[in-house]
Amino acid sequence: MSASVKIKTLTIDDRHVGARENQTILEVARENGIEIPSLCYIDGLSAHGGCRLCLVEVTGIPQLLPACMTVVEERMEVSTQSERLRKLRKNILELYFSERNHVCSVCVSNGNCELQDMAGETGMDHVHFPYLYPDLGVDITHERFAMDDNRCIMCTRCVRVCDEIEGAHTLDIKDRGIETRIITDLDQNWGDSETCTLCGKCVHVCPTGALFEKGKSVGEMSKRRQFLPYLALMREEKR
Amino acid sequence: MTPEEFKKIGDAHRKKRKDFPNNINVCTAAGCVSLHSEKVKEALEGEVKKQEKHKTCRVSGTGCLGPCASGPLVSINDGQALYAGVTTDDVPEIVNNIDKNPVKRLVVPPDTPFFAHQKRVALEHCGKTDPESLNDYLAMDGYQALYDTLTTMSPLEVIEVMVNSGLRGRGGGGYPAGLKWSTVEKAVGEKKYVVCNADEGDPGAFMDRSMLESDPHSVLEGMAVAAYAVGASQGYVYIRGEYPLAIKRLRNAIRQAEKSNLLGKHICETPFSFDVDIRLGAGAFVCGEETALIASIEGHRGIPRPRPPYPAEYGLWGCPTLINNVETFANVTPIIRNGADFFAGIGTEKSKGTKVFALAGSIKNTGLIEVPMGISLREIVYDIGGGIIEGRKFKAVQTGGPSGGCIPEEYLDMPVDYESLAKAGSIMGSGGMIVMDETSCMVDVAKYFMDFCRTESCGKCVPCRVGTAQMHNILTNISRGQASMHELQLLEELCDVLKHTSLCGLGQTAANPVLSTIRFFRDEYIAHITHKTCPAGVCTIEPEKETVS
Amino acid sequence: MKKKSLATLWLDGCSGCHMSLIDIDDRIVQLSESFDILYSPLVDVKEFPEHVDVTLLEGAVSTDEDLEMVKKIRRQTGMLISFGDCAVTGNVPAMRNKFELEQVLNRGYIEMSPDNEIIPDQYVPKLLDKAYPVHHIVHVDLFLQGCPPSADLIFDALSEIAAGRTPVLSGRTRFG
Ligand SMILES: Cc1cc2nc3c(=O)[nH]c(=O)nc-3n(C[C@H](O)[C@H](O)[C@H](O)COP(=O)(O)O)c2cc1C
Ligand code: SF4
Ligand code: SF4
Ligand code: SF4
Repeated sequence: MSASVKIKTLTIDDRHVGARENQTILEVARENGIEIPSLCYIDGLSAHGGCRLCLVEVTGIPQLLPACMTVVEERMEVSTQSERLRKLRKNILELYFSERNHVCSVCVSNGNCELQDMAGETGMDHVHFPYLYPDLGVDITHERFAMDDNRCIMCTRCVRVCDEIEGAHTLDIKDRGIETRIITDLDQNWGDSETCTLCGKCVHVCPTGALFEKGKSVGEMSKRRQFLPYLALMREEKR
Repeated sequence: MTPEEFKKIGDAHRKKRKDFPNNINVCTAAGCVSLHSEKVKEALEGEVKKQEKHKTCRVSGTGCLGPCASGPLVSINDGQALYAGVTTDDVPEIVNNIDKNPVKRLVVPPDTPFFAHQKRVALEHCGKTDPESLNDYLAMDGYQALYDTLTTMSPLEVIEVMVNSGLRGRGGGGYPAGLKWSTVEKAVGEKKYVVCNADEGDPGAFMDRSMLESDPHSVLEGMAVAAYAVGASQGYVYIRGEYPLAIKRLRNAIRQAEKSNLLGKHICETPFSFDVDIRLGAGAFVCGEETALIASIEGHRGIPRPRPPYPAEYGLWGCPTLINNVETFANVTPIIRNGADFFAGIGTEKSKGTKVFALAGSIKNTGLIEVPMGISLREIVYDIGGGIIEGRKFKAVQTGGPSGGCIPEEYLDMPVDYESLAKAGSIMGSGGMIVMDETSCMVDVAKYFMDFCRTESCGKCVPCRVGTAQMHNILTNISRGQASMHELQLLEELCDVLKHTSLCGLGQTAANPVLSTIRFFRDEYIAHITHKTCPAGVCTIEPEKETVS
Repeated sequence: MKKKSLATLWLDGCSGCHMSLIDIDDRIVQLSESFDILYSPLVDVKEFPEHVDVTLLEGAVSTDEDLEMVKKIRRQTGMLISFGDCAVTGNVPAMRNKFELEQVLNRGYIEMSPDNEIIPDQYVPKLLDKAYPVHHIVHVDLFLQGCPPSADLIFDALSEIAAGRTPVLSGRTRFG
């Protein structure tokens, strides 16, 4: 970190807050106890900007901006909870649920799922878009973990943690649009992967029941992610 | 190269051209090549020899001559006559008449409105030079603009000319080119890059391809001028792999320019160095989006990232990067050579200069056209395009491809400029223009573009990834007569979500074809939904689904 | 205050939500001061009444009979409540939706029952192409989430309705 860090002041939801330059709106908001919803962002990994839940309004800018990737500016006026944002967030969540096959009542993560929580937080109590019901499978070839495409929301947390923290880059993405999927190695069975170190980080950053430990039953899979900011910090210091 | 050398080569080549009182230029851009113009060219070369005219008549390949659909096109004696639909059978007669009257039945009258309403700036050399010959380009004062800027202008002066010209980016967004150059110039970075966006993914668009096939040197020269102005030392042309001919000619042009010290180290013996490399895209539409394009050049998956930071500040490998479209770069040398006022004198107040369109659809003359900004759509459709085929009734003009909209009859007299098109619910786009008549169904058109967006969405953000799939399903249901008004409402709601929450332009504008057809042709939607008919007779109405009411 | 009329029923559901309703135990006495239960698996009435103020509808809409029923209920109900996850999301009944109907019937009637050789086309309701959440067929006024919704939640929601208020359930339920 450079010797002199400039400080910026801005308002988030009419509250005056101070921030270091280079901090993002999301970081500053969370430091100040202002919750901005997000699904792809996770402390300790690079920002992705894909889940669109952390979109906020900034006075003077017509477009909505992703709080996780927008750096603060002096005198910025940020609004995180307008009626319009609330409605759009609900719609986005509905699109998530309509995309794949989320059947919480039989899901390993029922009760411990960030997607489910997010629905609760935003007050989304039904999906008014048609469900797409894609025909997706489950990869249970790995000795310890399983990947259920039916529950994946393509947040890419697993891809990023595998690449950025574990350094294995076992996981990646294939195809485009609604056909995008998380793959292991060159789209092989996870069990056949020669690069997977069995570290389990992907499982624990996964916000939903898409990645889980084998042997867990309905509602039994809860995730532990305290390790992540710590590991990220350690790596930073080593550099 | 020194000015003397420039002049020498130019003069020599001009003289050489003069040594041939007659010349025959055969279009060898992809449109005509697909109609076997190469065979015509071969036959002409053979016939010229056979009639022993090879000392006085030169046969060469050239770039796009315009009315692509009537190809193969052949231009006689520097445009004295233009022949359309030439076959090898016509060749003996053409050569026989080369110094006499043109062959009447082949001639496209020079005063046809197709040409009369056009103005060529970006395409100034297309069809006049051999795209594979540097000397041809030099004979047209090629690289003179680069030489002049390097030797007589400061970077800031170049930028000032660009700002004053009023040129706006031709890749679709219409961002002022001078302003972008100035931002990159000001940005601080160890290294800077200039990138030419030749991804051209709009279905039906072929402006950039034609320009690169017809006049690759002018794009390279524009890039070099830009690099000098912003302080870049490395350039890339990102071009889609499906354009083999354009790639070949571009490669050839880069090699020629490097050999003649017009690219590379110490260009024209000045301190300025600039290299250009080609990067091939694999045809993903989204890779035309500038941040996805950058990711792709860097070797990553071609997906966009949120802006800001803009590439001008944080582009290739984190360095300041100027990204402009092919046509934007093609406009640079004419502006430098003729001055900002020349360019600013064409067009409307906010949209200066000319615009190249790939004119297609239900009109008599299709092809590549360049028109002054501010021309009316009516002139394009009825004068240049020659009106609707088979006496049918005009319905709409589609501009901007999957990001644009359908403009109905009542807007035909509207001037073609960025603001007016946006007001009419469409966009200028990169230059695709499809004219549709009464036999086109607007629901079907919207469905077509939504299908395109659905398959081209990169999948990074949920509104676009899922929204386009949802919208395509709804449009499919509507087109089959299996939807309710409730679904139309859902469709409009999704348009709003996509527009405001998608990450990149693809998702943000994917709703435009739907919104504009709903706005102007709502009755067609209603016809499908409530009356279970397709007024244009395009869609197949299916029996009502048993399940949902 | 005038008593409201209440109907409860299940379509494609497991009756678990109704079990949860019964789990409100003696508080049902309290509710009976505000509601007349006109129609329910818990009472012996064959025809859905001409009009009820509130209907608790459990289960997804899966068959042609369900479809007719749900439309009829909507016509004859003031406030229609999707009662539990199967009604709200399709939930377990909708797990068949990613398969073709034919596959589903084959699996159920032929593959899983070795002695059976035909897929019945009489005496049983016809399956729809998919199992639908109720609000994808008709308008729904309130969503009571849960698999099943807890007895407390059901009681509180009904109490609020009895008092003429719209229940605010956010924060107390879990989606899906
Ligand atoms: C989905 C999408 C596709 C695009 N495709 C192209 C393209 O094929 N060619 C192009 O020049 N610009 C394309 N653009 C615009 C570029 O992002 C960028 O704005 C442009 O290259 C800048 O050049 P200009 O200022 O000269 O127009 C696309 C944008 C989006 C959102
Ligand atoms: S991943 Fe979450 S939202 Fe999806 S089924 Fe499981 S618990 Fe429900
Ligand atoms: S598997 Fe989990 S972490 Fe990975 S993209 Fe899917 S939801 Fe995100
Ligand atoms: S809008 Fe579409 S193309 Fe753009 S980032 Fe999102 S998913 Fe990808």
